[in-house]
Amino acid sequence: MPDPMAMREAFGQSLVRLGKRIPDLVVLDADVAPSTRAVLFAQAFPERFFQVGIAEQNMIGMAAGLSTLGFIPFTSTFACFVKRDLDQIRIVVAQPRNNVKITGHYSGLLAGKTGKTHLSIQDLAIMRSMPNMTVIAPADGVEVEKAMEALVAVHGPAYLRLGRDPSPVIFDAAYRFEIGRAVQLRDGGDVALISTGIQTPRTLEAADLLKSQGISALVLHVPTLKPLDVDAVIAAAERTGLVVTAEEHSILGGLGGAVAEALSEHRPTPLARVGIRDVYAESAPNDALLHKYGVTARHVAEAARSHLTKWRR
Amino acid sequence: MEELLTVGEIQEVAHRLRRRTLDMIWHAQAGHPGGSFSLAEILACLYFRVLRIDPARPDWPDRDRFILSKGHAAPIYYVTLAERGFFPPEVLKTYDELDSILQGHPDMHTPGVDMSSGSLGQGLSPGIGMALGARLRGKKFRVYVLLGDGEIQEGQVWEAAMAAAAYRLDNLTAIVDWNKIQLSDFIAKAMPMDPVPEKWRAFGWEVRECDGHDVASILGGLEELQRVQGRPGVLLAHTVKGKGVSFMENVPAWHAKPPNEQEYRQARAELAVRR
Repeated sequence: MPDPMAMREAFGQSLVRLGKRIPDLVVLDADVAPSTRAVLFAQAFPERFFQVGIAEQNMIGMAAGLSTLGFIPFTSTFACFVKRDLDQIRIVVAQPRNNVKITGHYSGLLAGKTGKTHLSIQDLAIMRSMPNMTVIAPADGVEVEKAMEALVAVHGPAYLRLGRDPSPVIFDAAYRFEIGRAVQLRDGGDVALISTGIQTPRTLEAADLLKSQGISALVLHVPTLKPLDVDAVIAAAERTGLVVTAEEHSILGGLGGAVAEALSEHRPTPLARVGIRDVYAESAPNDALLHKYGVTARHVAEAARSHLTKWRR
Repeated sequence: MEELLTVGEIQEVAHRLRRRTLDMIWHAQAGHPGGSFSLAEILACLYFRVLRIDPARPDWPDRDRFILSKGHAAPIYYVTLAERGFFPPEVLKTYDELDSILQGHPDMHTPGVDMSSGSLGQGLSPGIGMALGARLRGKKFRVYVLLGDGEIQEGQVWEAAMAAAAYRLDNLTAIVDWNKIQLSDFIAKAMPMDPVPEKWRAFGWEVRECDGHDVASILGGLEELQRVQGRPGVLLAHTVKGKGVSFMENVPAWHAKPPNEQEYRQARAELAVRR
């Protein structure tokens, strides 16, 4: 596996690369550019970078206004603060389908030592509930780059969920990302592990653990939460008859919610959801948080095993 | 405009906008009469003199932009757009009906509407984006944003006010419909905003006040603000909520109430005699 890479580095570098190619790409930042690495774009294209100060609501409105002139604005703030702009996103981005790309950084639990105020564990559920919104949670730096390429190629509102710290890289340059398409990373017949975002590397680890215990797990990575690749979810359910979802997010309304909705309508299948169980987290190092809130590889493997025991034996 | 309207003719337009707005609210039995009537002269000045627009090309890239941040004044906004030729007047009868292009609050999918609005406090920010975009594209168009005076209680307005001054946006003009009444009560009682001019000045804006029901006064204020360089301008327009209908003027209850038949007839009669 290549060296771990922080998604934010991939984000900053991708902005610069895309900015060279697309003169209409602009970036708005609410005083976190050094942290989100949007600063790389600011240095390369100062005339297309707008520092709005600590004013996220104004940032979203400005981005909407710029988009009406054909610009492609990316907004940069932490995922926890995107929630300050929900009404602005609803009124001037999502409803009129303005071409604004909203990025939520430091998402999930892996922004350790910041506390419950800064840990964003509801963003997927909230953004997924907005009509017209595309919602993407990449697994690694490579997928961040590919997802950004794909996002600038289509007109419309989107939310991109990103992480803070270096994380394992699972994709290589040949990987083909497509909005709305899930990717099967492992085949297996006993249980389907469906995961999204930065949880996917841990889900692959979980599949390895299960394999060592004689359990064959299919792994489906779902980078696009919306529109959900319903066909791929159904196919995974049909192949295995048992589904476990895993996400570094609340079990309510995110990937677990989306998969539950799809399966219960189209292909009822026993489902277990691994994720944060409707609680706010706390200040602690990343590893301690993953462990306490139940989203390590071991937790995913354990959930799959007890799911099998419950329904098969 | 092919031919410039006189001040008197613009005043005539304003009276007509009020009458048609009353008809529309009466027909739909929905809409906000008070804050629509306070805007008649302001919208008549903008759409029949100030804005460089072409109703045949609502997406003309060089057009001046207009954002009705106080989106609840949609009735008179739609009447104005129809009067100016953005869509046929018959469409006004579909206001608030299923499948109409006229939503209860403005929507960008309506011809002539440059930005969706309706949740207060949001319009100035997209106006900044448009003004910055004009600068990036080297375009000469101006951006006008019309706000309510109650609306400026929203914090986002002041985030935007701060930013517009920081970016030195002299192609951006805000207009405040200063009618002194918000939904629940008089502003002085609900949440006082005084001193309003000093607030805008402190945020770095060039401030002018005008009589918002006097066409010459509005046009004069806007012309002065257009000449200001290096900072945005705001026109504080002193207006009367419900202007033109005796029993609606300065009565908070007429914020969002359609008239009953007797009230409609009386209001129609009062608006009809206005020259």
